[in-house]
Amino acid sequence: MGEFVMPSLGADMTEGTLLEWLVKPGDEVHRGDIVAVVDTDKAAIEVECFEDGVVAELLVPPGTRVPVGAPLARFGDGAAAPAVAAPTPAAPAAPAAPAAPAVASPLVRHLAHTAGIDVSTVNGTGPDGVVTRADVEAARVAVPLPRPDTAAPGRRVPASPLARRRALDLGIAIDTVAGSGPNGSVTVADVDAAAAARNAPSTPEAEATHAEAPQQPPTPTVTVPAETSAADRNAAMRRAIGELMARSKREIPHYYVTTTIDLSAALSWMRDVNTRRPVSERLVPAALLLKASALAARAVPELNGFWVDDHLERCDHVHLGVAVSLRPSGLVAPAILDADILDLDTLMKGLRDVVTRARSGRLRRTEMTDGTLTVTNLGDNGAESVLGVIFPPQVALVGLGRIVERPWASGGMLAARPTVTATLSGDHRATDGHAGSRYLAALDDLLQSPEKL
Amino acid sequence: MTTTVDTTRALDRERGLALLRQMTLIRRFEEKCVQLYSAGTIRGFVHLYIGEEAVAAGAMRALTPDDAVVSTYREHGHALARGIPTRAVMAEMFGKVEGCSGGRGGSMHLFDVGSRFYGGNAIVAGGLPLALGLALADDMRGRDAVTACFFGDGAVAEGEFHETLNLAALWRLPVLFLCENNLYAMGTAIERAQSQTDVALRASSYEMPAWSVDGMDVLAVEDATRAAAEAVRAGGGPHFLELRTYRFRAHSLYDPDRYRTKDEIRQWMQRDPLPAFVERMRAAGSLTDADVTAIEDEVAAEITDAVDYAQSGHEEPVTSLTRWVYSDAGAGT
Amino acid sequence: MNTTYREAIRSALSEALESDDRVFLMGEDVGRYGGCFAVSLGLLEQFGPDRIRDAPLSESAFVGAGVGAAMAGMRPIVEIMTVNFSLLALDQIMNNAATLLHMSGGQCAVPLVLRIPTGGGRQVAAQHSHSLDGWFAHIPGLRVVTPATLEDARGMLATALADPDPVLIFEHASLYPMSGSLDDDAGPVDLDRAAVRRHGTDVSLITYGGTLPMTVEAATTLQDDGIDAEVIDLRTLRPLDEATVLESVSRTHRAVIVDEGWRSGSISAEVSARIIEGAFYELDAPVARVCSAEVPMPYAHQLEQAALPSADRVVAAAREVVGAHG
Repeated sequence: MGEFVMPSLGADMTEGTLLEWLVKPGDEVHRGDIVAVVDTDKAAIEVECFEDGVVAELLVPPGTRVPVGAPLARFGDGAAAPAVAAPTPAAPAAPAAPAAPAVASPLVRHLAHTAGIDVSTVNGTGPDGVVTRADVEAARVAVPLPRPDTAAPGRRVPASPLARRRALDLGIAIDTVAGSGPNGSVTVADVDAAAAARNAPSTPEAEATHAEAPQQPPTPTVTVPAETSAADRNAAMRRAIGELMARSKREIPHYYVTTTIDLSAALSWMRDVNTRRPVSERLVPAALLLKASALAARAVPELNGFWVDDHLERCDHVHLGVAVSLRPSGLVAPAILDADILDLDTLMKGLRDVVTRARSGRLRRTEMTDGTLTVTNLGDNGAESVLGVIFPPQVALVGLGRIVERPWASGGMLAARPTVTATLSGDHRATDGHAGSRYLAALDDLLQSPEKL
Repeated sequence: MTTTVDTTRALDRERGLALLRQMTLIRRFEEKCVQLYSAGTIRGFVHLYIGEEAVAAGAMRALTPDDAVVSTYREHGHALARGIPTRAVMAEMFGKVEGCSGGRGGSMHLFDVGSRFYGGNAIVAGGLPLALGLALADDMRGRDAVTACFFGDGAVAEGEFHETLNLAALWRLPVLFLCENNLYAMGTAIERAQSQTDVALRASSYEMPAWSVDGMDVLAVEDATRAAAEAVRAGGGPHFLELRTYRFRAHSLYDPDRYRTKDEIRQWMQRDPLPAFVERMRAAGSLTDADVTAIEDEVAAEITDAVDYAQSGHEEPVTSLTRWVYSDAGAGT
Repeated sequence: MNTTYREAIRSALSEALESDDRVFLMGEDVGRYGGCFAVSLGLLEQFGPDRIRDAPLSESAFVGAGVGAAMAGMRPIVEIMTVNFSLLALDQIMNNAATLLHMSGGQCAVPLVLRIPTGGGRQVAAQHSHSLDGWFAHIPGLRVVTPATLEDARGMLATALADPDPVLIFEHASLYPMSGSLDDDAGPVDLDRAAVRRHGTDVSLITYGGTLPMTVEAATTLQDDGIDAEVIDLRTLRPLDEATVLESVSRTHRAVIVDEGWRSGSISAEVSARIIEGAFYELDAPVARVCSAEVPMPYAHQLEQAALPSADRVVAAAREVVGAHG
């Protein structure tokens, strides 16, 4: 014989309340006899014993709440006369729940609790002064939580997961890249463009000067059939570039003029502007250089046009071709249409757009054929200067080297200034070096008054 | 429409002992389940059959091994009477690999395809269409088998009951419908749920023979079932028996019994099929005290053995969790 | 051989009935009427009423009978006239067909095939037009397939019958008249793999069943914009061929899922989640979805068309994720 324990009366039962004993010490019990009534919270259940014997001792008085498995009574074989022991609770009675305030529903009390508000202090506006959810919410607003004392939180830049991963790989801060994807999100192409445009500072092997780089695009052969392999596509691209450059060098008598321009005014203005802008809208030097290049073309119109049928056809608009390098190798020069009249922000957006689409092979035909003057801007990772090959039937090309800090003499003083070396390649059939020089002078002037760009 | 079967014929001692032993096994098995449940060893729902043992014990004796059985969630009695080893049923209650459903079914889903026991079905009336299909397959393959389909009075309110009876009669399929009418669908009394409480009458509207039988009388149950099963086997199409019975315990273990009076339960317990049958056999001179003791001892030993077997059984590793979702273990999601 | 989707299924049924005497077809009006969509026309004459069984309007009973017969060794093909009616048999599909094998510890396999016409676009309103294919794909224990081509219409049935477990074949009603050429020796096809119906590099358009034709059409339109779209036909909604989807998205970095089901809690939601789980760092744009509007299907033509996915909506969604606005 042994203990009679609180039975498990349901899978969800962890404790029960002994309501009533139906036996007393000394009673004989048989297997299956109902010996007690237990409240499971769902119902009062009559519980039976599973053995024959005599009740030796009741361990738990009625009204006691005990866990499943806790001893309720001791049964014996009847040999030992049972003393009527004072029932001692096996487990202390659970304290009665404090009377719930009648002023609020359980949800409201819960809300108040999580908000750290004592519901009894809240003025109820519900029927009979009941505290409502709105009352608690109002109380919460009235007691403002301490805010983290941080500066204005940085806006999280929307960027695709792939773009973030690529940016991480390339060491690019995602919040410095402007997005061209859905809802202005940064796509992987944007990151690649940013990486190309502003890689780490120049390394010794990138210092070669006056290298001649082909930058003209083939005509729309960039959209080669998707079925061909990447290697095939690349070979086709190289062939097309080769043919075009050979034609240019064969047919166009090139001349070159070069000048170095002080960019301190332009860059200092740009930094000033940028301090007032969110990261995603900040200007980059390329935007200033391109805008100035386009405006300078308007000042020297004989460099902006086409050589057709042995004569120069000037153009009224400036569609500025921009050389974009492709991976693993290759070049296209899509045009930013009307670059001379776009404001800097629009121009910069246009630049990102064509770069993105150039790299994903989705340029429009007009962008490939309508350029009136092309700029090859080597950017941060480029050489110091570039003498470019003209893109037929255009008659000039502007080559911009990397921005380099150089010793600069001005007003009898020597200082370190950021500079760029600009080279104009001209078609001698259309113009002479004089026109090229005037163009570079105009470019210099424009960059000294960046606020007018 | 009450039974026309003669149950007054002489009580064969061997038959009586077998029936008594069967009913005793079911009763003691379930009493052990109550104890194990109270101790937290068995979990889930446990629907006790106590009070209804005469139905399973009587009906199963009238079936052949080729016949198929479809049952309900109150099917410990059916499973034991069909001959599924007590060990395998107890191990299933314990959720062990050795259980008759490998521990995946539990109390409500005892299966044994070897004895054509197609499971405890825990959706009320959900097993009826299955029985239809088993009978259809047997019929199409020309097999001489009856499908016995157990369900309760609650199922009569379900659409599947009526769909199935109609289709079985329409296609004259070899199904024996066995309605265990214990007067309650969980806590709802039949007269609170059904406009016509004569279950056999309703079945007969589907153009099939239907009788009511005293489900507390194990001999009446066996005889009626045998007669009906033979009629089905002879090509008579589906037949229907209403077995009037009563459960003494709650719907599921420790559910509150608020919906019926203690008096009502006490009255039905006067008709407890076990003592009633013992009395009857004694009166017929076919049973001695020694017989009763022997049966109780045998049954107790069988149950102790089954519990030991279940306790020492194996728990399936959780790495096999998704086994038997598809026949091919490698099938994905 | 020139044929239609409808004829391809009929020919698959005929072949199955001929080659295996355990196979029978059961459902509402599959016999004398010839099938609501005329799929089984002529089979009663060929195979007789024992094997081409007209059932009363008792979806639960005859689907359950299919489950029982399958357990007892037959190979039933049960047709439910339309997917909305399958709800009357949901107890048998979910509680029995899908669970019996597992809850019997591997004893009761259910080699049942359910054929269920599905989908909208025919102005038959809110009780005959829904695409609930994805609902059923929620249920472990079932295999859910959606033939969208003649080859699959012809070849999925035989493989489904050979499967030891229940297979639900959803036939989009708008596909029945689809015609085209089919190899004379077209045979069984797998029920495991998604198929790349069109190769592309810029965006993966992922669909199944009735929306495959419009998705292919959308891909053709996108080509004119210079957007090279890949089209994935899921074919099997359970188990989902995640590998093919993830491989494609990892190449194109963008996905648009086209699903005639309602968007909330749909199979498109599941595919989207799998992409997020398995290819998050390959995504260069948010996953987009083109689904049915969340309304019961209306009768009026223009309203129904507005509720359903269309090639135009697929094109617009693809342009958006590719970043080619306007």
